[in-house]
Amino acid sequence: MSRTLLRVEDLKVDFHVPGGLVNAVRGVSFRVKAGSTVALVGESGSGKSVAAQSILRILPRSAAITGGRILFDDGMVNEGVGPVDIAGLKADGTTMRALRGGRISIIFQEPMTSLSPLHTIGDQVGEAVQLHQRVTAKQARALAEDMLRRVRFPDPRRALDTYPFELSGGLRQRAMIAMALVCRPALLIADEPTTALDVTIQAQILKLIKDLQAELGMAVLLITHDLGVVANLAEEVVVMHRGRVMESGTREDIFADPRHPYLKALLNAVPRFDMAPGERLMPIRSISIGDTSTGGSLLEKDHQPWAPAADEAGPLLAVDGICKRYGARKSGWFGAKAGAGVLAVDDVSFAIKRGECVGLVGESGCGKTTLSKILMRALTPDHGTVRFNDHGRIVDVLGLEGDALTAFRRKVQFVFQDPYGSLNPRMPVYDIIEEPLVIHGIGDEAERKARVKELMGLVGLDVRHLRRYPHSFSGGQRQRIGIARALALRPELLLLDEPVSALDVSIQAQVLNLLKDLKERLGLTYLFVSHNLAVVDYMADRILVMCRGRIVESAPREALFRNPVHPYTRALLAAVPEPDPSRPLSLTDLEEGRASDPARWPAPFTIDEAHQPHLVDLGNGHCVRADASVRVKEVA
Amino acid sequence: MLGYVIRRILIMIPTLLAISAITFVIIQLPPGDYLTSMVNEMQSRGESMDQGRLAMLRETYGLDRPMIEQYALWVAGMLRGDFGYSFEYNMPVSDVVGDRLVLTAVISVATIIFIWGVSFPIGIYSATHQYSLGDYTLTLLGFLGLAVPNFLLALVLLYFANVWFGTSIGGLMDPHYLGQPWSVPKAMSVLEHMWIPVMVIGTSGTAAMIRRLRANLLDELHKPYVVTARAKGLPPGRALWKYPLRVALNPFISDIGNLLPHIVSGAAVVSVVMSLPTTGPMLLQALRSQDMYLAGSFLMFLAVLTVVGVFLSDLALAALDPRIRLGGGSRR
Repeated sequence: MSRTLLRVEDLKVDFHVPGGLVNAVRGVSFRVKAGSTVALVGESGSGKSVAAQSILRILPRSAAITGGRILFDDGMVNEGVGPVDIAGLKADGTTMRALRGGRISIIFQEPMTSLSPLHTIGDQVGEAVQLHQRVTAKQARALAEDMLRRVRFPDPRRALDTYPFELSGGLRQRAMIAMALVCRPALLIADEPTTALDVTIQAQILKLIKDLQAELGMAVLLITHDLGVVANLAEEVVVMHRGRVMESGTREDIFADPRHPYLKALLNAVPRFDMAPGERLMPIRSISIGDTSTGGSLLEKDHQPWAPAADEAGPLLAVDGICKRYGARKSGWFGAKAGAGVLAVDDVSFAIKRGECVGLVGESGCGKTTLSKILMRALTPDHGTVRFNDHGRIVDVLGLEGDALTAFRRKVQFVFQDPYGSLNPRMPVYDIIEEPLVIHGIGDEAERKARVKELMGLVGLDVRHLRRYPHSFSGGQRQRIGIARALALRPELLLLDEPVSALDVSIQAQVLNLLKDLKERLGLTYLFVSHNLAVVDYMADRILVMCRGRIVESAPREALFRNPVHPYTRALLAAVPEPDPSRPLSLTDLEEGRASDPARWPAPFTIDEAHQPHLVDLGNGHCVRADASVRVKEVA
Repeated sequence: MLGYVIRRILIMIPTLLAISAITFVIIQLPPGDYLTSMVNEMQSRGESMDQGRLAMLRETYGLDRPMIEQYALWVAGMLRGDFGYSFEYNMPVSDVVGDRLVLTAVISVATIIFIWGVSFPIGIYSATHQYSLGDYTLTLLGFLGLAVPNFLLALVLLYFANVWFGTSIGGLMDPHYLGQPWSVPKAMSVLEHMWIPVMVIGTSGTAAMIRRLRANLLDELHKPYVVTARAKGLPPGRALWKYPLRVALNPFISDIGNLLPHIVSGAAVVSVVMSLPTTGPMLLQALRSQDMYLAGSFLMFLAVLTVVGVFLSDLALAALDPRIRLGGGSRR
């Protein structure tokens, strides 16, 4: 076991970019023993993926290895006489091609884009076999089917003839793993293998990698920024920052006694479940929220304070019985059949009190984005009501038209998930933030300018950058621009749809703290949509758990995490990897896909034809969707 | 899938009807009709025409009836295969057009093959060797091809073909084959003459196609699945051929529908310059002299080409891309 499989010595990689030379990797050394798991940790831009690509020699054309050695020895290369220096091989030569995919494989972050959309799974997995082994097409197909069974495909034979877009994200990643492992490599490089997946799927994939590693006896080089994943999978950890190794050691040493300030900072930037009440995250590069301009804030100028009695009229937002069905595409001449389509949101009711932050948690496809779009009138639900308390006057949101709707838009604003797609690349930041003010005819040119400057300061950005275009900002800065734009109209309610899920951990802490500070400063109310339980735990006062379009549990934050009642909530909580090796995921407990199938939840939670349970109040605002006939004490 | 094909074919009917109505109205828009423009021309030559004969002609051709009626007669005739009567040639339209349609089709098909055959390898080379000397050279040539007016290129090529190969100027065959029945020497003569119009008509299309393939392929080359293919150990050539090229093909296929009518109608000027016996010059003349049945038949022919071309390219896309074949409706 102790044989060194891979030894990277003083590796240097440079990128030729229009502006000159970028040293992406500046002298990195580490080693991977046969059969072991090494994690390469760092934020984006730390050079960890570049290092991995160098091992496979699949660097982009603008990059070149300028120094160092990559020694690979699986006991078979060079007829078993010694290691081969990968850095010295021709990138597309026969020797390198035989290693690539044969002895060293890689799986990528995005299972959708990493598989060709035009070829079947069987074709793509079988191709890998045929490239490296002398087998017929039929044998390759059999081997591919066997591998698909090993990665737990429900019906491997049928899966051979499916296309990637017909599969769920989890199954796609399984297909990708099957493709990487079908030739039994000695080393698997897993480049952020679970970052794009839901927590429960992530836990399943992590378990799968662990199982297959034991089964096939391969080494794993895990590349990730998620310390929770590291704590669960890796035996050794290498921390990278700006192309250099900051710290390396065994998992226990690294987590118990982090030495390097960068690693400490990284550990402090991740939200954890056991944070003390009121404890703040420590972003690696912290920003401070700017002062509002002197002599009274322009943002607050036309914001009327709430009369004491106004809150008695009702919660800020009350949602009752919302249903939304997406129609199947028309298949006949006379429209879709009744009852066809997907029920995206089913009988959702909840209320948000003023000043509260309500977290909405669920896996992708559970309807949380649909719901938030309904709330801002971007989609119209089939049934249900949405009522908004505008300073004591109750407004029926779904009935608003014309000017009343325009006025309502000022009260509710949206922050999007993707900071790249949500800003118009052809507008300078000034225009982007000013646009809502122009649309609603607020102030004259000079006043708008002052307001935009104030907003820039508020989200901690430099007012000198107002003339720049979005592409010259980083992801976190863009997200702050998005927040500034949403705040421009001084809304009461902000709908935050996965605002940090596209950001790096270090940046995530920055934006979360900013949102917290803004809420306090401006007295905002948030609906915080996320799939990340730890993030919701950090932000929210009350949490709604959503699955398959229904809210299955809602509770104050502490109650939900202390005493989760619904099996789905429990599965979600169990699936979150914690950055603490002493508390590993109980990987064996994870039922394959059962957790999110309402028909397979145990009674009294089962939802199927015969059982249509409603929310049952367990006291103290803790509700769970279960059969009303069951006594509350039994479940709780 | 079968249901889709049938539905698409059925939808073509109202589409073509609508096009025929618009075509008819546009042809009728200029004041007067063929007879008035004929009378004008005769008067300018100092001749005159008997009013009685004029009225008789008008009645025979139904020019005095209301427009709706004329339209209905025209459409009904076309459905029976009767495309009307050309005033200018004094013959039924189908007789006037006959041979020309065949030659037009031959030239169009040859041009499409030329465009594909040339643009494909060049496009792939340009994309895989982006910003290399070869890419720049080919790009420059491509832009020249786009920028040089077709008729100019035609004249230059005609001159050199005559000087170097002794090919007769103009036309699609040597003059003494004109009006002769088809024979092997006549076909050879057509082949000898054809390469010039094919090159001339195809140049701009080729240049545009090269640019498009290059752009498409460049987009695809940086997709993660290409890296996956490399990481499997696939040799670079096969990795290119099997994955990104296949995806980059989609815009090509969907272009067929546009290519056909574009080549047929866009070649009119070239055909006039080179006095080719194709449909282009005839359409131009028919529109000018308000020879309405001839012009209408031509325009309908173009419309049918477009509609059928788009239909064919849709079918080809579905066959080539499983996302189109299977994806509809199954996604959220």
